[in-house]
Amino acid sequence: MKRKIPLLITFLVGVIIIISEFIPHKPFGQISGELEKWYLIIAGFAIILGQLSLFKVNLFKIRHRQKNWQFFILTLLSFILMVSIGIFWGTENHPGIFGNGETISNTIGTKPFDYLFDNVYQNLQATMFSLLAFFIASAAYRAFIARTLESSLLLVAAILVMLGNTSLGSALTGWLPESLKFLHLPRISEFIMKYPTTAGQRAIMIGAAFGIIGSSLRIILGIERSYLGGK
Amino acid sequence: MSENIKKKQIDRRWIFLLLFISVALPLIFVIGFPIETTENARLVYGLIEQTPKGSKVIISFDYDPASKPELHPMGKALMKHCFDRDIKVIVTALWPMGVQMAEDIYSDLKDNYPDKKYGEDYVNMGYKAGGIVTIQAMGKNFRDIFPQDMNGTSIDELPILDGINNFDNLGFVFALSAGDPGIKQWVQIAHDTFGRPVSGGVTGVSAPAVIPYVNQQQQLIGLLAGLKGAAEYELLTKTPGTATKGMDAQSVAHLIIIIFIIMGNINYWRNKKAEKKGVE
Repeated sequence: MKRKIPLLITFLVGVIIIISEFIPHKPFGQISGELEKWYLIIAGFAIILGQLSLFKVNLFKIRHRQKNWQFFILTLLSFILMVSIGIFWGTENHPGIFGNGETISNTIGTKPFDYLFDNVYQNLQATMFSLLAFFIASAAYRAFIARTLESSLLLVAAILVMLGNTSLGSALTGWLPESLKFLHLPRISEFIMKYPTTAGQRAIMIGAAFGIIGSSLRIILGIERSYLGGK
Repeated sequence: MSENIKKKQIDRRWIFLLLFISVALPLIFVIGFPIETTENARLVYGLIEQTPKGSKVIISFDYDPASKPELHPMGKALMKHCFDRDIKVIVTALWPMGVQMAEDIYSDLKDNYPDKKYGEDYVNMGYKAGGIVTIQAMGKNFRDIFPQDMNGTSIDELPILDGINNFDNLGFVFALSAGDPGIKQWVQIAHDTFGRPVSGGVTGVSAPAVIPYVNQQQQLIGLLAGLKGAAEYELLTKTPGTATKGMDAQSVAHLIIIIFIIMGNINYWRNKKAEKKGVE
């Protein structure tokens, strides 16, 4: 029974949603609209669930002294700090339970939450993303080797797109006469993106779409049950 | 990785150092390489130019600070273009941090547009969880999904939202997207289901997966891809900003990466030749 009821709910909801796409009138359209609202409410609660899960997982790692457990303390402290500051003094347009924290705001220029967001969080995220450039450069040096015909083609295409997507590409081949403009690097790059890349991507997208349809049907029909947990 | 490739490789710290220098120097000493516009950027520009004055549009800020260098310049140039053309901007966010990203741009621009009033020419509806379902629900009843803006002002007190009950009275939707949920979901629902024009800007790395939507069915009207897309749009709107400045650094960084790739290949073939000789 514990598994049958969720399976039945999934089946009914799935079937109603599919029917409502073809018959968007009463009662299907109406039920589908209500279900969408339920989804949005559940999605809101999922954020809270995510935060609780983050807390639980990190606490578990600290308690069991797992590898690099000290870093997890930092994660939890940062989490508690941001949540507390947000609750106490609010964010840019919303007051917290202690008001707007005018004394602190006058000292640091903005509300404490916004100060941390602008000066710590934003910069940390930008730093993490920027570090990728260094790893990509190092990985490209090691991985882009012309060992086979396929890898050579990939290598040439990558170099052409890399050059064509920069202003250097325009500068390098900008002098070409009109009759040879098809060799202009930005044009070559645009061509590669527009035709071979798009063709490949479409094949992947169509394949993925069939996969999604298959998985959805398996879930609706109760064949795929892993989302219920257990075996 | 084969032994051949591992042999005689440059220490990765040298690669890191050279890349750092190649990015930093052009930001300090501007080279000024020429920027050319692509058809996709011109399509985006054309869409805004053809949108009648006074139209209301949605700009969805679906990114966070990690993608700020690429998407923020696009957002800024786009919002500026909309204000210049008297297009009214309704901001939504499918990513929690998108709200602050939009506010950051608006606070930068509002001093230059003293006649633009919050609630009349611009509104930020805040973040809404739910991704594709949120868009679908917005298309059916916008006022149900966003009963108030991010400041808690009721939708009925915001003149910009008069007559906005779904997507019907919108000029277009523009998604600034760093991933999922984002531009794909806007295309699938706002265009494919409700038939509204959709355009957007994405990070360079996700562009190949989105470009197929720029097609004859006009699922997407143009696309701004990465820093170059942002720089192209800045050029078209004649508002050079951070993207234009960053193009020199990107060009030199790409060149350095290409040089390293060539060096890696020379190393590989030289080692392969030496190995063959050894066997003989």
